Amino acid sequence: MSVESVFPRLEPLLPRISKPVQYVGGELNATVKDWDEASVRWALMYPDAYEVGLPNQGVMILYEILNELPDVLAERTYAVWPDLEALMREHDVPQFTVDGHRPLKAFDLMGISFATELGYTNMLTALDLAGIPLHAADRTEADPIVVAGGHAAFNPEPIADFVDAAVLGDGEEAVLEITEIVKNWKAEGSPGGRDEVLTRLAETGGVYIPRFYDVEYLPDGRIQRVVPNRDRVPYRVFKRTTMDLDAWPYPKQPLVPLAESVHERMSVEIFRGCTRGCRFCQAGMITRPVRERSIEGIGAMVQKGLEATGFEEVGLLSLSSADHSEIAEITKGLADRYEGTNTGLSLPSTRVDAFNIDLANELSRNGRRSGLTFAPEGGSERMRRVINKMVSEEDLIRTVSAAFSNGWRQVKLYFMCGLPTEEDEDVLQIAEMAKNVIRAGRQASGRNDVRCTISIGGFVPKPHTPFQWAPQCDPDVVDDRLRKLREAVNSDRSLGRNIGMRYHDGKPSLIEGLLSRGDRRIGKVIEAVWRDGGRFDGWSEHFSYDRWTTMAARELEPLGVDLAWYTTREREELEVLPWDHLDSGLDKEWLWADWQDALDEREQDDCRWTPCFDCGVCPAMGTDIEVGPTGRKLLPISPVGVGSPVKNPTLTP
Amino acid sequence: MQKLRLRYTKRGRLRFTSHRDIARTFERALRRAGVPMAYSQGFSPHPKVSWVGAAPTGVASEAEYVEVSVVEQVDPVALRAALDEALPPGIDVVDIVQARGGNLTERIDASEWRIELDGVEPDELAKAVSVFLAAESVEVERLTKNGTKMLDVRPAVVSALVEPRSSDAGHDDTALSRPCGILMTVVRQVTPTVRPDDVLNALRVVADLVPPVPARATRMAQGRLDGEGRLVDPLQQDRES
Repeated sequence: MSVESVFPRLEPLLPRISKPVQYVGGELNATVKDWDEASVRWALMYPDAYEVGLPNQGVMILYEILNELPDVLAERTYAVWPDLEALMREHDVPQFTVDGHRPLKAFDLMGISFATELGYTNMLTALDLAGIPLHAADRTEADPIVVAGGHAAFNPEPIADFVDAAVLGDGEEAVLEITEIVKNWKAEGSPGGRDEVLTRLAETGGVYIPRFYDVEYLPDGRIQRVVPNRDRVPYRVFKRTTMDLDAWPYPKQPLVPLAESVHERMSVEIFRGCTRGCRFCQAGMITRPVRERSIEGIGAMVQKGLEATGFEEVGLLSLSSADHSEIAEITKGLADRYEGTNTGLSLPSTRVDAFNIDLANELSRNGRRSGLTFAPEGGSERMRRVINKMVSEEDLIRTVSAAFSNGWRQVKLYFMCGLPTEEDEDVLQIAEMAKNVIRAGRQASGRNDVRCTISIGGFVPKPHTPFQWAPQCDPDVVDDRLRKLREAVNSDRSLGRNIGMRYHDGKPSLIEGLLSRGDRRIGKVIEAVWRDGGRFDGWSEHFSYDRWTTMAARELEPLGVDLAWYTTREREELEVLPWDHLDSGLDKEWLWADWQDALDEREQDDCRWTPCFDCGVCPAMGTDIEVGPTGRKLLPISPVGVGSPVKNPTLTP
Repeated sequence: MQKLRLRYTKRGRLRFTSHRDIARTFERALRRAGVPMAYSQGFSPHPKVSWVGAAPTGVASEAEYVEVSVVEQVDPVALRAALDEALPPGIDVVDIVQARGGNLTERIDASEWRIELDGVEPDELAKAVSVFLAAESVEVERLTKNGTKMLDVRPAVVSALVEPRSSDAGHDDTALSRPCGILMTVVRQVTPTVRPDDVLNALRVVADLVPPVPARATRMAQGRLDGEGRLVDPLQQDRES
């Protein structure tokens, strides 16, 4: 059965919508394979706009790994904007992939990568436009198996009604295993139907099938237990960990869009995992242990990637890039190699204490000198002890002073508001810190026009972190503290005029909190919001707080719970959490102890440099930290060329 | 420093790219091809690439022009091949010359457009065109950032004629064999710019001609108008000297 491209039906709609180029495909390094040659076909979705979804590393990696298999095909799809959605409904055009413009319903599997919970409504739009039943229970063998992945999949309970499966952790090996199971099941003539293939996936222990588990509740609304409702299904589902990053040098051929995207650069992941132990950070908790890519592996990926893409900037990606054991050698080696080629390097996440000005100078040697960004996260020393982000204000001032005396003019600082135990005073300290940065900057640079931008996000307690029990701060309190902070910044005009302040109100964070720590009952709210027109909840111009609160009240009240119960309520130690049967490797008792340490303002060390503190991950998952230094060198050290990172002998000798 | 002048196309699905999309794609292709690009000096260095006009988003072109500066002498034929290889199919380098002075922009003052009106009978189109040409002035509404403005299309149009035979619209789906009127028109590059869309709007104003599906326009040529209303190839002077 061949599947036709919907492009001829889509094309007449394109002149009528904004940014049509995002729907035509044709990205550099995209792959369109023969439909009939493939035995397993994946549609991979990033449930946000193309400009956000295209640069996503997770989707890019899986897309390439799957397409490297001769008998497997993978294509991509993204959320369509409401202008095209309306025309697609009017003209009966289904949700399509941008590669082959094939209808989603024709695929065997649909993988959706959730970096954030705010993409849930966009998933429903895509399923609905595709003609795939919204509810997993209503799907037949004619529908794709819908698999959720990404960080939000560590608690897929709010979308349990809509997904057939969820995979926790690294996807590289998991997609191959799923593909193999589906391929064999199809080759056998699909015995036992959809339930059988899902059971085979569940049997691996690493694929969660929500429909195969029953949730029982206590009279007060809390969960009593979550248990499998059939044989061959494990009680607990474990996360996947890819150990040797050098064995998985993906993406080898990064996608380069025709359209503009949010990251106009190529990214190389230099390590995965983080054990700094920031207590608010879900990414740092669920991606343990630290696994470094080697300096040679990084060097090869950068060169191949530049040859394949032509990007002018390389981002050295990780959760805290300056922590790589050989970061100085890597940045110096790359800056030497790309001297004179206008190839910039950037470290998207750097800690003040792991950063030094030599590093900054290497980063800006061959490219544009952008601002420096640090994330102290907490304004006061006390707050930083609670969240275990142990950077001192002295470190920060020393670093920014060096930066300003070396020609930088701007520093960006990231903070959170609404953290556990936070008082007004903790937030007001942010203003003091920013003012001290301006003072230090003026002194170091001898100029008055230095700038400091403070950017503040609302804290959302996340599953699998020590703060999973914490009460989320009421948005009114967050908004009030931000108002006071603005007043404090503006109280001294001579300093305040050089301080920029960026923040959002606390309301979207509360909804993110509902979706993060919600259970299966939240599915009704998500569906009601979507039916009422909810789309693109990560975009302030589309997000409607009123719609979410109205629907939450309507759907949850009959169940005896409400929005506050899910968000601002503090959980007790022994409460069964909706994600307790999903194993990130973290020992729940260790998480609780770390939560108690937070309340006592006690910090926790990093196991890369101090003895193991028994978070539980390595013994539970059979893993170990993989860090250097290797002592090896980045070759070749010689510069590659002039005006381009690629040497072309037919043009220049 | 050597300066090269290129003519390139914007074909097929690539017509949905904006000028900024093309510029980014071009600069990356230059890097992938290993072209020894010259960069501007300063805080934020940019490759020295100068664009000469640009077809609007949604409009295809067989004749776009760009100038590229390099710091090492290169063979134009080799550069054309290397760049064409690096560019996506649809953006094709169709001509290249080494610049021999002069200003490329001054050699261009008009464009020839081919506009396919799928679903419109050629006879109906021809009637509308003759009404338009007979008029001295045809005002259309133009949506701008500050609301709508009126624009007189007629003075910019040098010539307009309908291809005698209806032909295939070039649709991906060959089953759609509807009638298709094809308009060839030469339009002066004036300020404010008169685009193919404006010409179509003018036909609607004078003859109530509304194509059932969006028309597809392609810029066929750019150049300086000679005495007979024809366009002179802007790269001709570089080739001759």
